[in-house]
Amino acid sequence: MFDWKWEFAWEILPRLVVATGNTLLAAGAGYAIALVLGLFLAIAQRSPSRALTFVVRELVEFIRSTPLLLQIFFVFYVGPQFGIRLSPWMSGMIAIGLHYACYLSEVYRGGIDSVPKGQWEAAIALNMTTLQKYCRVIIPQAIPSALSGMGNYLVGIFKDTPMLSVIGVAELIHTANAIGSEHYRFLEPYTMVGILFLAISLPAAGLIRLMEGRVRRKMGLK
Amino acid sequence: MLDMSGFPLELSGENTPMVSFRKVRKSYGTLTVLDDLDLDINAGEMVSIIGPSGSGKTTVLRMLMTLEQINSGVIYVDGKPLTHMPKGGQLVPANERHLHSRRSDIGMCFQHFNLFPHMTALENCMEGPVQVLGLSKAEARDRSEELLELVGMIAKKDQHPSRLSGGQQQRVAIARALAMRPKVMLFDEVTSALDPEVIGEVTNVIRGLVSEHNLTMLMVTHQMGFARDISDRICFFYGGKIEEQGHPSELFGNPQRERTQQFLSAVREAV
Repeated sequence: MFDWKWEFAWEILPRLVVATGNTLLAAGAGYAIALVLGLFLAIAQRSPSRALTFVVRELVEFIRSTPLLLQIFFVFYVGPQFGIRLSPWMSGMIAIGLHYACYLSEVYRGGIDSVPKGQWEAAIALNMTTLQKYCRVIIPQAIPSALSGMGNYLVGIFKDTPMLSVIGVAELIHTANAIGSEHYRFLEPYTMVGILFLAISLPAAGLIRLMEGRVRRKMGLK
Repeated sequence: MLDMSGFPLELSGENTPMVSFRKVRKSYGTLTVLDDLDLDINAGEMVSIIGPSGSGKTTVLRMLMTLEQINSGVIYVDGKPLTHMPKGGQLVPANERHLHSRRSDIGMCFQHFNLFPHMTALENCMEGPVQVLGLSKAEARDRSEELLELVGMIAKKDQHPSRLSGGQQQRVAIARALAMRPKVMLFDEVTSALDPEVIGEVTNVIRGLVSEHNLTMLMVTHQMGFARDISDRICFFYGGKIEEQGHPSELFGNPQRERTQQFLSAVREAV
């Protein structure tokens, strides 16, 4: 019954390692987009312009309430109808980056809200511009309390990269599928993919917790 | 459109006050916090505001620091309008750019210090001069160390606020505000959050400022003895208005208004 073939496993390992690289690249690039875009979405929701706040708020809610898979399909398949023709990689990065930007914007928002009102007032008393207030005073204090949420979504985006397989990005699941259908064996590739994911997720979560403590100490926060 | 014709575009003349509130009104919904306040503070003058809570004392400072908008009236600082700007020969409400250009005349210390927790004492003091005034790091460091010396905090310059006591934090906050070289300093109940035994170290710093620097100062305080010692003038606020004002010896020694008498006797009983 237990029909594990080591020989086969060794044979496909190089392909899976390459695919792991792609998965990490997709997760990393998507996360980078989400980190930056999410911050803008969070700050836009505090803008004095009611219209901007409303539009961004609704956009975030809309994206958070619809499946990532749909958004990936939308960018890749519907985009061309409007003349936006993007590669699978590009479409995937945009979809996953935007999706996670919305989640991260909520994390940032929580972090920004946790900064006491007196800090804003001190920044005004020093005559800082809005940009200086955010960059020098608010964000440095918002990040430590947002770190655990940010870390969760880093692991989350990593585990969501398999969705990109549906538009042909050669990440882990896509490669495992390909191997499986070439050799009519799925046990080894899928098991190995599971182990690879685990081998990355677990230490990453630990590292994030470690970093959280260090950042807080470095900032002089307890 | 409010009629702004009664407010000059600029105050000029020999005795132009450093700060001038003209018919300033502030209300939250139906609650009127300040009721057509007129208040002039001369250059180099130290004015203390006392009064029961809810009388609008702190609001005066917060409006002057532009932390709150006023509903009507005009505030002038150093002869030029702060809350408004001239446009087409008339005063119109100030935009952020105007506020930014005028706000640098004013510095403020808060009840809860509001130091930046992610910066050391020295970095707190250097932040404004470097980021806002555009000083070089070396210049800002010299200026900040000098001020930390003045407030007796030079030995702790590399500590984060979380490692400092309340009195120490407040002294750093005073140095931080002074590092911007304001013309007017505002002290908003700066000793109210402090343990009794460290109040003296903060009041001594402020005492030093009064005698050695030609700063215009406006202070809201509950420390009656301190206010009496160092102020040129005391304003007693009641119900969003100045009920009575005068030299400390007059106001404390011989208050004319019944409400002032009531307040002062209530305060004395509490001590």
